[in-house]
Amino acid sequence: MTDLLSQLKEMLSASGLSGFESPIREIVRTAWEPLTDELLVSKIGSLHGFKQGSGPDPRHRVLISAHMDAIGMMVTEIRDGLMHVTEIGGLDHRILPGQPVTVHGREDLPGVVVQPPAHLLPDSVGDGPVEMKYLMVDVGLLPREVQKKVRVGDPVSYAQAPLELTGEALAGHTLDNRVSVAATTLCLEALQSRHHTWDVWAVASAQEEETLGGAFTSPFDIRPDIAIVIDVCFAKGPGSNDWRSLPFGKGVGIGYGPNIHPALYDAFEKKAKDLEIPYHKDLMPKMSGTDAMAVQIVAEGIPCAVLGIPLRYMHTPVETVSLKDIRRAGRLMAEFITDLDKDSLNQIQWDA
Amino acid sequence: MTEKITIMDKKQLDLLEKLCNATAVSGDEFEVRKIVREEIDAVADEVTVDALGNVLAIKKGRGANKVRVMLAAHMDEIGLMIVKKDDDDDLFQFELVGGIDDRQLPGKAVLVGRDHLPGVIGAKPIHMTTKKERQNKIKVSEMRIDLGPDIGDKVEPGDRATFATRFAVLGPSVCAKALDDRFGVAILIQLLRQAPDHIDLLAAFTVQEEVGLRGARVAAYAFEPDMAVAVDATPAHDLPHWDEEDENVHYNTRLNEGPAIYVMDRATIADRRLVRWLQETAEDMGLPFQLRQPGGGGTDAGVIHKTRSGIPSISVSVPARYAHTAASIARLSDWANTVKLLGAALERVTPDLLAGERRN
Repeated sequence: MTDLLSQLKEMLSASGLSGFESPIREIVRTAWEPLTDELLVSKIGSLHGFKQGSGPDPRHRVLISAHMDAIGMMVTEIRDGLMHVTEIGGLDHRILPGQPVTVHGREDLPGVVVQPPAHLLPDSVGDGPVEMKYLMVDVGLLPREVQKKVRVGDPVSYAQAPLELTGEALAGHTLDNRVSVAATTLCLEALQSRHHTWDVWAVASAQEEETLGGAFTSPFDIRPDIAIVIDVCFAKGPGSNDWRSLPFGKGVGIGYGPNIHPALYDAFEKKAKDLEIPYHKDLMPKMSGTDAMAVQIVAEGIPCAVLGIPLRYMHTPVETVSLKDIRRAGRLMAEFITDLDKDSLNQIQWDA
Repeated sequence: MTEKITIMDKKQLDLLEKLCNATAVSGDEFEVRKIVREEIDAVADEVTVDALGNVLAIKKGRGANKVRVMLAAHMDEIGLMIVKKDDDDDLFQFELVGGIDDRQLPGKAVLVGRDHLPGVIGAKPIHMTTKKERQNKIKVSEMRIDLGPDIGDKVEPGDRATFATRFAVLGPSVCAKALDDRFGVAILIQLLRQAPDHIDLLAAFTVQEEVGLRGARVAAYAFEPDMAVAVDATPAHDLPHWDEEDENVHYNTRLNEGPAIYVMDRATIADRRLVRWLQETAEDMGLPFQLRQPGGGGTDAGVIHKTRSGIPSISVSVPARYAHTAASIARLSDWANTVKLLGAALERVTPDLLAGERRN
């Protein structure tokens, strides 16, 4: 049994910005290697883990999609040994000044995002937030060394070390969405000792934060009958207390809305109730903001369920999660998959 | 301009690391005071802790006509104080201690209290913000420190917090919180170890500099020195101007150009005899130095020079970028050269230096 905390910390130590996923992919590959029958890498860089079901040929297929890519930055210009950057994924520039980062140049260079002194910025900035175009990254090297080691286009990752808070809470960067990859690993572990008749395809998908590129392409290769998309969702916390946010550490979110097949919502809700796994209906009136937006419309269309692990401070380097909710999500998926049989697909009906 | 990198010895580097990673928010300098005493109790002839918490160390010289030279470096750093626990959640409101730009706070890891409990200052997910909202800064009153759901009463109002940044060496540089003024503290400890024996060296490790230079005032009174040098860190604003057409002419100091000697800041007009003393020492020794651009800012010298009937004073600082943020960056060579300059200058102190009237 993998220790969840050390598994997560290992994943957080690997970079893997959208489009640059290979470091994290290697970590996930190592974790999934003993848990799957086959591992493949898609053309866009997603990792596909295949675990064969015990049912007779042809078997139905369930896809688990957990994106492994991270938000971050990219070098756009180098001036006097300092770097200007742009965003990869959605970053609030207001949380950037003073953040520890790693510049992935010819070698990995630790550094800091810095806010230049006021008199070097346009007067219009005043004491307001400094736009990303004026922020810079300083790696402490002399300008000529920076010129040698860094180029425009190099990715820049958050480097805040993870922090263990009280009550099995963990804070760090990129918990969105490494927690879901960890939950998928827990699910695969649970399935080792269980019979499941369906084939399972676990996907650590690429480029969710920018293009949904992984989620558009992996289901096309795999052609699953149904898909479980697992991602983080908003947890209640400072500045985040309306209907969109679920209680922190008090259960998984089960997504409900147009990206989700209602019969799959019902099936997951029933499963959670039966097992007494705490859950909350996570309302997504227009869209889910997850891989499901793409998976749902691949090929002829794929029925999707969306699971959410509540996360505070999403897209900051101090995202905070409860390990309890990761375990709950892993268990819920494993139990759901174990119960899939030859009739299950018939129950996923519209207007039933 | 020199780019010669002088690496401090391992012992001094380890000491600076320990000092920077310690928490000593103004008014609660316990951790740094403890390190200082461990380092100097065996070195100095007398060590006392005064009513405000200053550590006052005396290393006596031999013979007659000794000049009493005071050195001051402040132990405290900017930080936060927990002021209230939310009624309905395990989240803590805080206030700022010292001059912190509130734009440096959201999204940061912090360490709270004497036990250094890890916590975070989060921010609303960008997904829930509007463009207009992102054009305004996040108010401190809206920020909270989150230490997890089981924090209970392990944290209480009054506890101090600092940035969780850990000390790191980046090539020719050091990156840490609180280089302002752990550089000064480390330098004073080193100078006590190598004190020349023709002067009385009076080292004040001061408190509450960041909230009003309070420690230095009473330390200078107690020491009653003939002259004083405040050793601090000063901003290097040596970044490019956003407009490439515009040259940055207000850089205060620049990294890599050596110790910054003060002629004037907002609080002190340095005694010219002391400016010449340091400048001539550097020139004779072939050490790099820079004159800090005269203007704003202030150091412990601001109160020392007006204590009793007046004390000839000057400041020398290690240039450091991004002071008062989670992570400052400075060059190891500038630190090493500051130690060398002050060490050599102390050797050259004679009663003649201050004989007669203050003159230009």
